[in-house]
Amino acid sequence: MEGSVAYENDLNLKATELRLGLPGTDEREEQSVSNVRNKKRPLQDADEEFGANGKSDAQNETATPAKAQIVGWPPIRSYRKNNFQPKKSESDGPGIYVKVSMDGAPYLRKIDLKVYTGYAELLQALENMFKFTIGEYSEREGYKGSDYAPTYEDKDGDWMLVGDVPWDMFVTSCKRLRIMKGSEARGLGCGV
Amino acid sequence: MNYFPDEVLEHVFDFISSHKDRNSVSLVCKSWYKIERFSRQRVFIGNCYSISPDRLIARFPGLKSLTLKGKPHFADFNLVPHDWGGFLDPWIRALAKSRIGLEELRLKRMVVSDESLELLSKSFLNFKSLVLVSCEGFTTDGIAAIAANCRFLRELDLQENEVDDHRGHWLSCFPESCTSLVSLNFACLKGEINLGALERLVVRSPNLKSLRLNRAVPLDTLQKILMRAPQVVDLGTGSYVHDPSSEVYNKLKSAFQRCKSIRSLSGFLEVAPRCMSAIYPICTNLTFLNLSYAPGLHGNELTKLIQHCRKLQRLWILDCIGDKGLGVVASTCKELQELRVFPSDPYGAGNAAVTEEGLVLISAGCTKLNSLLYFCQQMTNAALITVAKNCPNFIRFRLCILDPIKPDAVTNQPLDEGFGAIVQSCKGLKRLSLSGLLTDQVFLYIGMYAEQLEMLSIAFAGDSDKGMLYVLNGCKKLRKLEIRDCPFGNAALLEDVGKYETMRSLWMSSCEVTLGGCKTLAEKMPSLSVEIINDTDQMEFSLDDRQKVEKMYLYRTLVGHREDAPEFVWIL
Repeated sequence: MEGSVAYENDLNLKATELRLGLPGTDEREEQSVSNVRNKKRPLQDADEEFGANGKSDAQNETATPAKAQIVGWPPIRSYRKNNFQPKKSESDGPGIYVKVSMDGAPYLRKIDLKVYTGYAELLQALENMFKFTIGEYSEREGYKGSDYAPTYEDKDGDWMLVGDVPWDMFVTSCKRLRIMKGSEARGLGCGV
Repeated sequence: MNYFPDEVLEHVFDFISSHKDRNSVSLVCKSWYKIERFSRQRVFIGNCYSISPDRLIARFPGLKSLTLKGKPHFADFNLVPHDWGGFLDPWIRALAKSRIGLEELRLKRMVVSDESLELLSKSFLNFKSLVLVSCEGFTTDGIAAIAANCRFLRELDLQENEVDDHRGHWLSCFPESCTSLVSLNFACLKGEINLGALERLVVRSPNLKSLRLNRAVPLDTLQKILMRAPQVVDLGTGSYVHDPSSEVYNKLKSAFQRCKSIRSLSGFLEVAPRCMSAIYPICTNLTFLNLSYAPGLHGNELTKLIQHCRKLQRLWILDCIGDKGLGVVASTCKELQELRVFPSDPYGAGNAAVTEEGLVLISAGCTKLNSLLYFCQQMTNAALITVAKNCPNFIRFRLCILDPIKPDAVTNQPLDEGFGAIVQSCKGLKRLSLSGLLTDQVFLYIGMYAEQLEMLSIAFAGDSDKGMLYVLNGCKKLRKLEIRDCPFGNAALLEDVGKYETMRSLWMSSCEVTLGGCKTLAEKMPSLSVEIINDTDQMEFSLDDRQKVEKMYLYRTLVGHREDAPEFVWIL
């Protein structure tokens, strides 16, 4: 995490950084301590000091090794670790505000994409905001069962159907949202 | 007993269901062995490499239910490379070719392919139940095959698996004629699903008792489902986010009021705290509550919720509940038997919100506690001694102090005395995980007092071989021992090689054991498989016997060395 802060303070190199990985995925690297592999026991020195005596400088010694991330510690199932969603807080940085237009509505709205954690939440918020129902999403047929289809304009200027790409990728590439209505909406969903 | 006809003995054996007892029965004499093996329907194989599919099929032709476990436990923590093994495929192929009428398959830590799932779905007409826990290697296409082909499917339970989600259509593969579902758990799937198909499936499954949804199922669908399935006993919500002033939320409230049978609640993978009041009516009867994936619930909302749960027997939460919150649990949940407190911020130094104080409060208020998993910031001997006095009934006691060799937070002493008190007081202790600063002394206590101990997990503990020897010599019922980063070497490993035949397995990583020591062990004990697992990026095996072994996994087996070991595994 310290790494990314340093990045931001510089020339925002992070934005132009070449990485393998979908846009919008963070580097969540657990920097496994390299000396775990080379040395037998990374805390060997610390241990030799207190051995059976349990000296009081044990506490000072443990401060440094504990901060380094040890492979496989703490012993939490990787499934649980991977599914961890940190708590959302307002102070997490600027929001991603995009305009939302709905065909036939007199004025546009703006929403903060950062507030939502997935498509389910976003679509529900849109339904509440504009008082309509979005149909069922399927990869093959788009949104079935309603006259509306949520679409967004991506970085290339193309109009895309909401829901096709992973959420994180969507959040970083979405410039604005438009809820299409009627025949135009149905055209986008089928036979593409 | 030899004067009874076989049918009578068989009838008597019908009443014996525990695996241990059945195994004992089969050892009495040849005729009992024969009768037992023909009448056995349920088989549990704790290590899939200890026996082969062919021998299983030959011995138990009446097999209906099979439980298989694959990778060693430490694989959960990324200590075992991915392709180490534990493949389901050879088992399914062998069973499919045989006349076994498999009805139930329960797997843990196995590698399961879509092909295996498809073969499974097509080979057993009466297949009823599939439970996959911490497995990997399959996609939703494999699940689709199960849904489509298993006509009498009752249970599809996916727990914490890494599934490649190809999105959506597997749910629609349940045919209209499928009305037998009792349990459906797809909480671990990450992709979108067809909500309409889900609703229709629920409507035509009148026996549905257990339903756990994934994150893609929004609250309004939950409400519709509950209206159609008020008989549900175990519910896992998907996304639990909505505007509490909306119509949908009101409908949800009334739906919950109709669900008088819910005893188990989980999910809340996304949660709006202000929507929790809808749940209060079912809290009064809850016996199991799992909020361990809901970091959005904390503070007052969390404690308010807990205060409604007076009958709770099992609680899984995150440490953001804090010591004070644990105090609320202690004063409310007098029937509590199992508590698991997971870290909400595994790498945050100093951010874990629970300490020894919370644990002491729990032990004072919940005297029926017998199972604990507790991730905490710090611990003291005094606290552990108090806990041992308050709760002598522990069967499972797993303590993880996030800082691996932290001493007693007050006295700076090792935590030997605290854990010693636990093993001395809890005479029925079967499973123990240690952490914090520990010397050989704690192992002396364990060897002396932990007579029923079956599984022990040790990390960063001990001073010398004596520690490990105390355990191996003292714990007569030990079955699984897993050790990482401890100064135990060849002397401890080789002192009593016969011991390992009485155990399921031994794992040692980053210890002092050398290649030579492992080779000696393998030579002396041909009934053991001694595996040296290299990290995948260090492909060459050094041939120097004095070289310390990074990871060793040994297990008893009746079928010799496995043939599916990858390149980085060397079986001595």
